[in-house]
Amino acid sequence: MAELILFPASIRSELPFGFWLHLAIFAIGIIAILLTSVIIFIWFERRLVGRFQLRKGPNRAGPFGILQSVADVIKILTKEDIIPSRADKFLFWLAPVIAFSPVVVMLAVVPVAGGALLADLDIGILFIIAMSSITSLGIFTGGWASYNKYSLLSSMRVVSQLVSYEIPLILSLVGVVMLTGSLSLDEMVNAQNVPFILLQPTGFFIFFIASLAEISRSPFDLLEADSELVAGYNIEYSGMKFATFYLTEYCEAIVLSTLTATLFLGGWQGPWLPPLVWLLLKITLVFSIIVWIRATLPRLRIDQVMGFAWKFLLPLAVLNILLTGSFVAFWPEAPSWMIGIANLVLLIGYILFRSRFFKPGGVTVGAS
Amino acid sequence: MAHSTDSVFINLGPVHPSTHGVFRMRAHIDGEVITDIEPVFGYLHRGIEKLAEGKSYRQVIPLTDRLDYVASMNNNLAYCMAVEKLAGIEVPERAVYIRVIMAELQRIISHLLGIGSFFNDMGTFFTPFFYMFIQKEKITDLLEMVSGQRLLFNYMRFGGVSHDLPDPFLPALSQFLREMPAEIDKYERLLKENEIVLARSRNVGVLSREMAINSSISGPVLRASGVNWDIRKADPYSCYDRFDFDVPTGSNGDCYDRYRVRIEELRQSLRILEQAVSKLPKGKVINPVPLRFKPPVGEAYSHIEGNKGELGFYIVSDGSDKPYRMHVRAPSLLNLSALREMLIGWKLADAIIIFGSIDICLGEVDR
Repeated sequence: MAELILFPASIRSELPFGFWLHLAIFAIGIIAILLTSVIIFIWFERRLVGRFQLRKGPNRAGPFGILQSVADVIKILTKEDIIPSRADKFLFWLAPVIAFSPVVVMLAVVPVAGGALLADLDIGILFIIAMSSITSLGIFTGGWASYNKYSLLSSMRVVSQLVSYEIPLILSLVGVVMLTGSLSLDEMVNAQNVPFILLQPTGFFIFFIASLAEISRSPFDLLEADSELVAGYNIEYSGMKFATFYLTEYCEAIVLSTLTATLFLGGWQGPWLPPLVWLLLKITLVFSIIVWIRATLPRLRIDQVMGFAWKFLLPLAVLNILLTGSFVAFWPEAPSWMIGIANLVLLIGYILFRSRFFKPGGVTVGAS
Repeated sequence: MAHSTDSVFINLGPVHPSTHGVFRMRAHIDGEVITDIEPVFGYLHRGIEKLAEGKSYRQVIPLTDRLDYVASMNNNLAYCMAVEKLAGIEVPERAVYIRVIMAELQRIISHLLGIGSFFNDMGTFFTPFFYMFIQKEKITDLLEMVSGQRLLFNYMRFGGVSHDLPDPFLPALSQFLREMPAEIDKYERLLKENEIVLARSRNVGVLSREMAINSSISGPVLRASGVNWDIRKADPYSCYDRFDFDVPTGSNGDCYDRYRVRIEELRQSLRILEQAVSKLPKGKVINPVPLRFKPPVGEAYSHIEGNKGELGFYIVSDGSDKPYRMHVRAPSLLNLSALREMLIGWKLADAIIIFGSIDICLGEVDR
């Protein structure tokens, strides 16, 4: 099923080891770019948050403090690796691996230029959704295996939150899929003569919020919840294992920024600059918005988070499918600006309509 | 289908990011809901009341700094007022005004930190805290000018204050007074009507008026429950009766009201400061008392409106140069007396912000 594209098929078949060469270049490239960009993005986030908080952020190690993350990595890798005596040792060891690997795999189906991707799966988007769910399994395993009440509470929150937000996340993509007529990410980028954020503002809105919850960034950072659960699921982790979890978090943030850029902002497309540069610029833009939200908003409570997913996002996602679906089914030749405006009207109207009587967490809990 | 799970015992503290020190809560939770909670104090107990019995009256002043360490000016003031009452010492007019200025600046510091850490508990990533900390630093600079210290000021003396105001103090203070209202407006713009703030704090941790009074809660927490009780008005000390200011009260007694009351009190403190600066008389700042100072046999209780509530000192003298007994009525400790009732039935995340909205200082709770 997987058709591998780097060189046109004719050249690939002529080159010796064409298939393996392609695989090696892309696999190594993805991992190298991802891991490097994590280090840069951690630094970037700290600098940016520093600006938001009227301070400078790290500025001592290297020019503009860019070596700060490198120093942190060295520190964290040389730390003692502690396994709690009552932890489930095998699962404790396995959890970071389960959490980390699917995140990297998700990038395999993202095109970095026209037709340049590791595996052009026909079911690209389903693959991504499936993989992103596995990460929460790893986090849950880690929280469970630590034998710690804080991490247990955190992993319970992970399960409920991530399962809830997966549904609006998937449904928000249906509109994009219908407009493209394909599940392959390469086709989706090619179909975006106009970025889908203009055609599908509702889809973008839902996808962005749900992906914030998926990567548990503020205001949905319940599983880390510094002030309540200390650090959440990774409270007992140290050294390399902690680093892997930390890496997972940032990789997820980057991957979901990549997906947002690919699905809604036109991916690698853009004038003048090379495709990869455009993609990276768009990723940085999305990531900056995530950081901005983190520096601005307080955290919601768990019942409010769940209520928001089920009572607000899910109906909106269904309405979006209905609207886009009726365009595709009954009026396929509709001009694209009309789809976009109808969608925007739906979004704004829905928010205005619901904001009158929808209050997150309006229900208080009585003593049981 | 009704699910039920065994309640889990979870230990919040003594080392926990949102206990504001070394407070400990033994919580039983059912899922996320708190079913029982037991506060444990004493991890910061230093025996200050007992230590005071071994020191001369003047040596106790630095000890009082260490009670509520973000409000040491107020502690100084309350202690000095108690001793002055015991010995019948008069305070010069200028010193009275300087004391009020210091106490109100200290109140602004304490409320800024209280609000900032309240929002940290709510999960903002330190941003409001840093915004408020910058203003707090400006006040700390002012207080450093007069006392030479940045945290534990040790500035008040029996019969006055240790030094007169330095020359650059008043211009710096009036500049601060000019800038601060805009800063408060900025906090209001950013936080007051934030949907998440409202959802998290409104109707959360409601403390009813009756319960607040019965638990002898005081300060902003009491006023948020709708009780108009401020010792600056109810039993005016220093020269508060000469100033024009309001006592903000809440209506619901929830976390949001407590935050609102603190913000309004910042504004009222600024009003008091402006009036105090404009009325500041000239003259000496201390009526010196002898170094080995022996108040007459007797006892005295003096209370002020501290940052966190009614701060009182009860002092018994046996005629020697050391207090026979000193007791501190610490508002932080008494404000915690309704904690269990306030927390039961709320979710863990709510418990943290309810606790944060009471705004305690462990140095004062444990003493």
